[in-house]
Amino acid sequence: MLRIKELVKRYGNDKAVLKNLNLEVPGESVVSIIGASGAGKSTLLRCINRLVEPSSGSIELNGTELTSLEGKALRLARRRIGMVFQGFNLIDRLTVMENVQSGRLGYLPAWRAMTRKYPQEDIDRAFHLMERVGIAHYANKRADELSGGERQRVGVVRALMQEPEILLADEPTASLDPKTSKQIMELLRALASELHLPVLINIHNVNEAKEYTQRIVGMRFGRIIFDGEPVDLNNDAMDEIYAGVPAEERGGAESSTHLREVAAK
Amino acid sequence: MNTTVEKTGRTWKKPPFIANPAIRWALIIGIAAYVWWALTSLPFDWDRIQQGIPRAIRIFKGAFPPSFLRGELLFDGFMESIKIAIVATLLGLALSVPIAFASASNVAPKWLYTIGRGVIIVARSFHPVIVAILFVKAVGFGPLAGILTLTIYSIGFVAKMLAERIEEIDWGQVEAIKSVGGGTFVTMLYAVIPQIMPRQIGLSIYQLDSNLRASAIVGIVGAGGIGSTLLNAFGRYDYDFALAITLCIIGVILVSEAISGRIRRNLW
Repeated sequence: MLRIKELVKRYGNDKAVLKNLNLEVPGESVVSIIGASGAGKSTLLRCINRLVEPSSGSIELNGTELTSLEGKALRLARRRIGMVFQGFNLIDRLTVMENVQSGRLGYLPAWRAMTRKYPQEDIDRAFHLMERVGIAHYANKRADELSGGERQRVGVVRALMQEPEILLADEPTASLDPKTSKQIMELLRALASELHLPVLINIHNVNEAKEYTQRIVGMRFGRIIFDGEPVDLNNDAMDEIYAGVPAEERGGAESSTHLREVAAK
Repeated sequence: MNTTVEKTGRTWKKPPFIANPAIRWALIIGIAAYVWWALTSLPFDWDRIQQGIPRAIRIFKGAFPPSFLRGELLFDGFMESIKIAIVATLLGLALSVPIAFASASNVAPKWLYTIGRGVIIVARSFHPVIVAILFVKAVGFGPLAGILTLTIYSIGFVAKMLAERIEEIDWGQVEAIKSVGGGTFVTMLYAVIPQIMPRQIGLSIYQLDSNLRASAIVGIVGAGGIGSTLLNAFGRYDYDFALAITLCIIGVILVSEAISGRIRRNLW
């Protein structure tokens, strides 16, 4: 259970990017967060694993308050939170196996990390997960030799190696072509239910959000202005979330003339 | 095609480099006056120069043909220079890597950054010959002074260039390792080192080559190696042997530059 209360994030003295945001993600749900660029989706995810420091408010993961953690306690908390990035953020020059094993770096003594002496149990788990997503035959390839879809699979496996209690995905498909993008979304949905893992996905493509997730959260200007099932996301809700954004940028949102009119305003 | 161009009576000249005529003329006159003053105030002893010309001719006559008779001494000198260069390069690299991390503003905290940059500035501020003179005074003649000199010389260059490379890394990879709960050391190990590795190897090869050249020079002030052999040859008026040494130094440097250049080209 992830519980966010009154979360505020302000960069310097500028206007707040997140304004008293409240969100609860119970159990094993897959939640997608939609909203225009600059709505604060990415900042919200990064506040959870503290790649971004929240200004105030509370974030609680299964009973642990995350916002006040420092040093070792923060590292221990981060191991429990997996993250998948838009740009994959793999270590390009290392092999796929080293990238996958880097998901265990929060658990591994430094000398083992340095000498690449990974525990047999981790190697077994890595091959199991890589087999599951179809990249096991690439174990000894360098990460930058893989295609976009394959690299994102490595990214997903790296996050799963952490045995996380929640998975954060920051625009995981935005750098991928439509077909690969669907495969990755399908994979995330399947893994979430197999591993009973709650997943929070920032996404631009509203159609994919509707198709692959059970709950959609719409953000605008640092606030949550929609929270419901895909069927509830009607044109009015879409207008509210994306007002002022050209229809082409809504990533497959219904491009009715009505929406175009709103967009033109 | 025959067109007649109407005369306009207007001329064109390229605008002067310095637009303000007062500044322009002040600068020209100032430089001319300084050069005249410098030449007249420096103690040129024309008699001594006249005496020196026949002496120079004698030296060059004595140098031809170059003598490779004492090849063993030549060889030993070179071996010592190469040893000095290799040991200094390894030592310098070992120290450069941590200093480079300390001097990269994106990974080092402010206080450490200040210290790291300070070390680099000090290491770079003196020419190796001056550093060598100091070390010869401190630890005596011989290869140890050469090794210490070139170690500092290596730090000044390698740590600076490597720090700049660290500041250019893709930060996303660092975020990824942070997000899995990796500590600072492990994050450097996995997210930074692989990114800077090609540059590190290139710099190492360049520095080895550079140290080989410098080891000949610092030897002249007493820091061991082929430079010391050269100095002794001059001291004993063995000009033919000195020429032989000089030719060999040129040869070795050409070869080492060619090799290191080729390796670095294939690397980057």
